[in-house]
Amino acid sequence: MNLTVNGAACEIDGSALTPLLDVLRDELGVTGPKAGCHQGGCGACTVLVDGEPRRSCLMPAGYAEGAEIVTVEGIGAPEDLAPIQQAFVHYYAAQCGFCTSGMLLAAQAYLARGGSDDHESIQEALAGHVCRCTGYAKIIDAVAAAARGDSFDLTTTAVGKHTTMATGGAE
Amino acid sequence: MAVASVAVDAATETMVPGSEDEAIAAFGDGVGVVVVGGGTIVVPDLTYRRIRPSKTLMLGHAGLAGIETDGAQVTIGAMTPVQDLVDLPAPLGPCAANVADLEIRSQGTVGGNLCAGDAPEAPRGDLQGAFLALGATVRFAADGEVAEEPLEDFLGEHSGRLVLGVSFDEPAAGAFAGLDRPHTHDYTALAVSGAKGNDGTLRLAVTGAGSWGARLPSAEAAAGDPEAAGKAALQDVSPRDDALASAWYRTKVLPALVRRVLTEMGASS
Repeated sequence: MNLTVNGAACEIDGSALTPLLDVLRDELGVTGPKAGCHQGGCGACTVLVDGEPRRSCLMPAGYAEGAEIVTVEGIGAPEDLAPIQQAFVHYYAAQCGFCTSGMLLAAQAYLARGGSDDHESIQEALAGHVCRCTGYAKIIDAVAAAARGDSFDLTTTAVGKHTTMATGGAE
Repeated sequence: MAVASVAVDAATETMVPGSEDEAIAAFGDGVGVVVVGGGTIVVPDLTYRRIRPSKTLMLGHAGLAGIETDGAQVTIGAMTPVQDLVDLPAPLGPCAANVADLEIRSQGTVGGNLCAGDAPEAPRGDLQGAFLALGATVRFAADGEVAEEPLEDFLGEHSGRLVLGVSFDEPAAGAFAGLDRPHTHDYTALAVSGAKGNDGTLRLAVTGAGSWGARLPSAEAAAGDPEAAGKAALQDVSPRDDALASAWYRTKVLPALVRRVLTEMGASS
């Protein structure tokens, strides 16, 4: 199989039936997508497939062949955060961080399709993403701020550690 | 990390047809074949080793997705994602919008929904009631031959049959009423769909009151009086207790949902 992950072409051996999540994490070492429930219920494994949010634990890798796959590693870097990541940092919208990469990608897709700062629309867009820290209010505030195009001076709100968390963590 | 090991059995033969004809040939008589549509039901079953098929048929590249309408009839391919239905008229559009979340709706397919029956937590085929109310016909392949059958006869009888698509006449009026879900990932605890055909035929169907979606013939017969029809609907079902709702609760709510659907259809036609 030939997959494109964060712009890089990758050749994978193995069954087309293997969940994309396992290919990303176990074969390619791309650990931004989290293996939460492995059955589509938590949203932590969400990636973008041709710009659309998809549960990588449910998607057979063969279905992603030829598509552009983007994980949280692909939307920004610690020194160059995407606007949605900056908003998450500013609002302290990550606590344990496990749901964060999935939340960020679903939010990124929401912004890309012109989503507004209306809280109900944001809730609808993130409805399948479970935050075990129940940090929903700050997450929704962050997405709303990003939808408005707010900009942040992160040197005054958070540094270092927070930045790492907002990009989905290192594990 | 303590996550289930999910390597797919090397013993599983994976078939990836590139067209409908190839899919029909690969499916054959269907013996021992597990069909993978969008993956939302089957992939977790594989991951957690609830099934260990010798053969899997992956339909993702078989060209079975799409909605066609000629103004009188609507035809929906088996691999059409549930999300693609949400803007269709009632009952199907609002029924589809009431399924899971954006990602699951975008991955789960119509064909999978029509083949999904009971699960330990609840009945799963959220769309079945809406398609039954529309008087839908299923197109399927068995032993290499393509055939059609009313959905009502097909539900629960899908073994050895590969769903290719579903079609129905555009309704003159339709309505959908369902219980709100406690969480977006819950199946629908109870929902009623209604549709009126251009020939005046009125159909009512329920999801969540049994293993499969079901018509409500007693309620249909009393449809002129929404109150009476709601009560009559109870003769058509024997709901069970499950993780989403008790049988008692469902019998209390069903008449109200029937009433709401009939009232809405009366107002729109």
